[in-house]
Amino acid sequence: MASENVEDQIQKISSVIRVIPDFPKPGIMFQDISTLLLDPKAFKDSIDLFVERYKDRNISVVAGIEARGFIFGPPIALAIGAKFVPMRKPGKLPGAVIREEYPLEYGKDIMEMHVGAVNAGERAIVVDDLIATGGTLRAALNLLESVGVEVVECACLIELPELK
Amino acid sequence: MSAFREEDPRINSIRTKIRLVPNFPKQGIDFLDITTLLLDPKAFKNTIDMFVERYKNKNISVVAGIEARGFIFGPPIALAIGAKFVPLRKPRKLPGEVISEEYTLEYGSDCLEMHLGAVQRGECALVVDDLVATGGTLCAAMNLLERAGAEVVECACVIELPALKDR
Repeated sequence: MASENVEDQIQKISSVIRVIPDFPKPGIMFQDISTLLLDPKAFKDSIDLFVERYKDRNISVVAGIEARGFIFGPPIALAIGAKFVPMRKPGKLPGAVIREEYPLEYGKDIMEMHVGAVNAGERAIVVDDLIATGGTLRAALNLLESVGVEVVECACLIELPELK
Repeated sequence: MSAFREEDPRINSIRTKIRLVPNFPKQGIDFLDITTLLLDPKAFKNTIDMFVERYKNKNISVVAGIEARGFIFGPPIALAIGAKFVPLRKPRKLPGEVISEEYTLEYGSDCLEMHLGAVQRGECALVVDDLVATGGTLCAAMNLLERAGAEVVECACVIELPALKDR
């Protein structure tokens, strides 16, 4: 079997992500990862690329942002032996939570994390499918850092550089 | 419906990690919270492994996960058995063309959507969620898959609430 290099894998992953114009509103070109999930090999390769990057780095927490971060985060967590911590919209997590308000294009939203999910001194990555302005990731980072966790990196499949 | 074999020693390690939160989301409901299971890498892995053992080599090519906690358990199972993962979502979350299935709630109704073309006629599928209560959401999921011509082999849930059984 011919060995595939990382560049080929990335190219393939890129090619199975589809762009939907004018979603959720006119003018936005939406990057849809659901077509990637329909290709078992490409989906596995995307996870393996993250695992290669993060294994053996003493990362004990993978935080995933609702809802598409829930698709990529757990497989990474399982492979590197870390716990998975869901970061959710308000009112979804039962029990005691801490919350962080963050700005949207119009208005604000709130992200919540369970109290006690993580401990001071742990090392974490934050996972989402896509980074646009980084506002959501920033909220997740703030929540984790507020309880003494070191966020090593934010792991996103897709980056939109023009919104940096 | 999926059920763990009672004698498997992994079951106890999984069961003890699930926490009960009283009066959530409203008074009188004892909520079974799987997030504490996810904080224990070994127990989370055991959960996935048990599903994978049950479903590998059964020609299952589709794992459909119900938003949002089905997104946590579904993809690891899909990856391990070489199946595609199909997210089943609340309305207007999936971009592009979808098919929808309405289902009843205790008060009112809700809707589940699946991408058109995600599933082919004749494929064998699993539906995954963290918990089955009345089974209303799972039925909606099954209907979506069957409308697309797939055969639903089983619904795989970590927790079952027998007291609400109505199926």
